[in-house]
Amino acid sequence: MIPAPFDYVRPGSVDEAVRALSEAGEDAKILAGGQSLIPVLRLRLAAPSTLIDLGGIPELRRIRDDGDRVAIGAMAPHHEVMRDDLVNEHVALLAQATATVADNQVRHRGTLGGALAHADPAGDLGGVALALEAEFVITGPGGQRTVSADDFFVDYFTTALGEDEILTEVRFPKRASRNPARVPARPGSSDMSSRHTGWGSHYEKFNRTAQSWSMVAIAAAVRTEGGTIAEARVGLSNMGATPLRARGVEEALVGRPVTAEAVRAAAERVTEGTAAPSDADAASDYREHLARVLTGRAVLAAVG
Amino acid sequence: MAQVRVTVDGVQYVDEVEPRMLLVYYLRERLGKTGTVVGCDTSNCGACTVALNGRSVKSCAVLAVQVDGGEVTTIEGLARDGQLHPVQKAFTECHALQCGFCTPGMIMQAVDLLGDNPDPDEREVREGIEGNLCRCTGYQNIVRAVQSAAQAMKPGVPAETPATAAGVTP
Repeated sequence: MIPAPFDYVRPGSVDEAVRALSEAGEDAKILAGGQSLIPVLRLRLAAPSTLIDLGGIPELRRIRDDGDRVAIGAMAPHHEVMRDDLVNEHVALLAQATATVADNQVRHRGTLGGALAHADPAGDLGGVALALEAEFVITGPGGQRTVSADDFFVDYFTTALGEDEILTEVRFPKRASRNPARVPARPGSSDMSSRHTGWGSHYEKFNRTAQSWSMVAIAAAVRTEGGTIAEARVGLSNMGATPLRARGVEEALVGRPVTAEAVRAAAERVTEGTAAPSDADAASDYREHLARVLTGRAVLAAVG
Repeated sequence: MAQVRVTVDGVQYVDEVEPRMLLVYYLRERLGKTGTVVGCDTSNCGACTVALNGRSVKSCAVLAVQVDGGEVTTIEGLARDGQLHPVQKAFTECHALQCGFCTPGMIMQAVDLLGDNPDPDEREVREGIEGNLCRCTGYQNIVRAVQSAAQAMKPGVPAETPATAAGVTP
């Protein structure tokens, strides 16, 4: 199908973009990579008056070292994020999850900021941003403000972004620097205590077919000290109207030994505070079952 | 209307387009490049894949105005001097198509994949083309063709005399 008509603006700077957004009024929409928005326009599920394309602002594609954080421009495309050296070294969870977003062609166009601002609860990156306690940099007519990941996701496809504001950067604490794909030396072994100190992470996604959305996905970042879990952050995709933190699991993990038994027991709490949807892919009770199983896997892989 | 200046298959065009015009319709209806096809309305199938500034994209999920100043290569721009691209040849030789509808996008994505990874194993080929659906072949011969093309494209491998003459559609 053909989208409904709209005006198109391609500003060359963030300031110009903010101005254009204010001038265009409430029916305007920001165009990032367009990999969700353009299909939505084509199906005429949305008909904005004006599209403000951020594609002409090179500074928004930058990935930079920001001290104890890695700061990623909102328009950095997925395929650049997942291959970036800084991201792979310091924010391995983001690189791992980004590599599972949709497919190659979509990752060439789709952007980190676009995906997060779109706030699809089934998206891959919201749960990751929560688990890594990312900070969202928002620019509006009054200047910049920052919002924590916990406060960014408000409701179904709804974020803390005001109508006249643009997500310009996302900052991730340097955490989870270890390669995530490590597995126990002996399959089934629960004794992994000798090997863990520091942050580890893992993204565990369950979907039926290549390029389909997650039925459920779990993003885990875990810090261990001498075989004991010292801190844990667990983000969930598609278990409610927004990406969610599994705080019950996090609490239950802290102070526990790094054993499969302890991790699986903690994972039982993953459904607390969730409202898993039922749809053509899965019923809510099946999603809850998946969430428990995948949380166990993700945390064990993160510490392993 | 908005002006778009774009190089497609080596030829520069300057056109006035409606902002809502999708790149795939610009290619097909304005430039007559019907080698790039529309397969679905959901950005799933990948049949409309082209290279934009050197990377594969689904041209149904890009607006023509967004490519202003850019360079697009379609399936029609792959052949050189009347010789099919090695991936096109391999698809012919390995019988990597039945109805052929997915082929333009499949070949464009295979070219992108081989640019990144000149010697992919089977799993890497399957992951590389995960954004392209084929409802006929079961993918077996497509994977073979991509790996065969990878061998043919290795430096030092002489280009063999083409079995397929220029102008013959695979």
